[in-house]
Amino acid sequence: MLAYYLDLAVRSLKRSPGLTALMVLTIAFGVSASMTAWSVFRAVSGDPIPWKSAQLYVPQIDMWGPQAQQNNPDSDKGPPDALDYGDAVALMRDHRAKLQSAMYPIGPSVVPADAAKHPITTSGHAVFSEFFPLVDVPFEYGSGWSAADDEHRAPVAVISNKLNAKVFEGANSVGKMLNIDGRDYRVVGVMGEWNPQPVFYDITNTGGFARESEDLFLPFNTAIAANLANNGNTNCNETPDAGFEGLQKSHCIWIAYMVQLDSASAAREYKSYLEGFARTRFPDWAPNVRLRNLPDWLDHQHVVPSDTRVSLLIALGLLIVCLVNTAGLLLAKFLRRSSEIGVRRALGAPRAAIYAQFLTEGAMIGLAGGVIGLLLTGVGVVSVGWVLPRQIANLAHLDFSLLATTLAVSVIASVLAALYPTSRAARVVPAWQLKSN
Amino acid sequence: MLKMTHLAKVYRTELVETYALRDFNIDVKQGEFVAVTGPSGSGKTTFLTIAGLLETFSGGEYHLDGVEVSQLDDNARSRIRNEKIGFIFQAFNLIPDLNVFDNVDVPLRYRGMKADERKRRIMQSLERVGLAARAKHYPAELSGGQQQRVAIARALAGSPRLLLADEPTGNLDTQMARGVMELLEDIHRGGATIVMVTHDPELAARAQRNVHIIDGQVVDIAEEPRFHAHAAQATARHG
Repeated sequence: MLAYYLDLAVRSLKRSPGLTALMVLTIAFGVSASMTAWSVFRAVSGDPIPWKSAQLYVPQIDMWGPQAQQNNPDSDKGPPDALDYGDAVALMRDHRAKLQSAMYPIGPSVVPADAAKHPITTSGHAVFSEFFPLVDVPFEYGSGWSAADDEHRAPVAVISNKLNAKVFEGANSVGKMLNIDGRDYRVVGVMGEWNPQPVFYDITNTGGFARESEDLFLPFNTAIAANLANNGNTNCNETPDAGFEGLQKSHCIWIAYMVQLDSASAAREYKSYLEGFARTRFPDWAPNVRLRNLPDWLDHQHVVPSDTRVSLLIALGLLIVCLVNTAGLLLAKFLRRSSEIGVRRALGAPRAAIYAQFLTEGAMIGLAGGVIGLLLTGVGVVSVGWVLPRQIANLAHLDFSLLATTLAVSVIASVLAALYPTSRAARVVPAWQLKSN
Repeated sequence: MLKMTHLAKVYRTELVETYALRDFNIDVKQGEFVAVTGPSGSGKTTFLTIAGLLETFSGGEYHLDGVEVSQLDDNARSRIRNEKIGFIFQAFNLIPDLNVFDNVDVPLRYRGMKADERKRRIMQSLERVGLAARAKHYPAELSGGQQQRVAIARALAGSPRLLLADEPTGNLDTQMARGVMELLEDIHRGGATIVMVTHDPELAARAQRNVHIIDGQVVDIAEEPRFHAHAAQATARHG
């Protein structure tokens, strides 16, 4: 019967090409607007590490005290978003989580061995050895460094495959030396393709999204010893002493911190450890600590930009308007065929057959709208940079799932739009239609 | 074949109740050709739509081919319409988008027949009404008489036990009307039960017997002694 309904739908749609085109375009515009907005929203709201995001936690400690909270009208009374150097180092020393790493952004220059080549400005992070298993960094060659390297401030480095291509022509560079800001570092690992969005391990310093993947990672203690300055945000409640050393001694916050806790009880234990830690270090006020898992942390940091949410809502609103319009057009079209419906009912069509016939017609409009909607969605994804910040817009991309979703949304939306007109069509009383002829 | 006893059809609004049929009794036997006559608004078409299960009724009983139909749901009523009843309408009611072949195909589609069986029946029906050569034509390309013949072919294709015709010649000129009437007589001779509503006394005279309706009731039954007796009994029983 499906072939029969498809044939009837094609005949019906061909009978009024203008009206058909209007409905198809209405659906296509509504669907493409929503799918374009969805592609952006999907890119910024996705879980960057879904297999373990629930086990990754970000600890927060209030090192400034309630007075600072009162002085800051914007404060939500929670602890600051990052740690100061002293707390970060102390937490690392206590080593209470399964895996943990303090980290801060760095931006040193890499000087190629070939003097003819220009120095390369890089971006990266100073981290501890546990960072690599903590966030599941993939390696093309070698691996991360050891805890002993952390302790001994070893001059070692993990570099991206992109930097490896620039400096070592993509060869296995493990064991080779790399000059970073005038000092030699031994390459211990070359990362595979890795550019998580958002940059979940350091939201505070990256703002959530980065256009380029990071070039290198150095040991935290080594970077501190080499005076590699913080390349991210620094937030102080009092002026620190001069220089990088002054920053390390201050209560300015600039260090991101992440831990892995595999169970709820481990998380509870760590939270109570944090409270004890805060009580000991800041005895002048009640401990004010937080321990959020990664999804909660991303939410707390408003990683999904509000304008992408608004765009999505507006686009969905547009889709609903398009659906209502399509429903109106379908209603007019279907009820104009009341006499045909009456005849079909008289000749033995049950209501279900009328539903099937007219919903098939709706689905066909949706399919046509979906195909045109795909083209418009492609145009939309390419040009979304006109309305959204470039680094956000760049994340939107066309892939198979977006294409399939566009077609599915279009067909489902059209069938939904056709439901009311079809139910009216199926309620046509055949006797009245036949009497009135 | 078709038996209605004390049947009533009431149209209700907030203010009034209008009886379209009241204490309506009729018994059509298998193989009969019955003409139902009466003035406009007497309830002829209402009777026909109830007989064809296109409308429900308010009271009484209706047995169609031995089945009491008042309690049947929409699906069961649709199935009976499809399998046991053939309709012929005054306005032909062909579907303009479909050619002759596909119009005749409509009731067979809802019966779930295989394509070759449908094709055989369609061509057989079209040959019977003399329009096999016009199978690919659209309704708009045919004369009124030809359209009504297509409608008759559509009604016959499913081999129904009962043909219901509502003013089948009402939209046709005399010559075409005669042709359609001869076709109906021919179908009746083939063993079909036909109930035909008509205004036309000449047409009614060609039926086996006549049933006259006034104000929603059967008032006069002519021609057939067997039916006279039955109607007399019914009148005596129900006043």
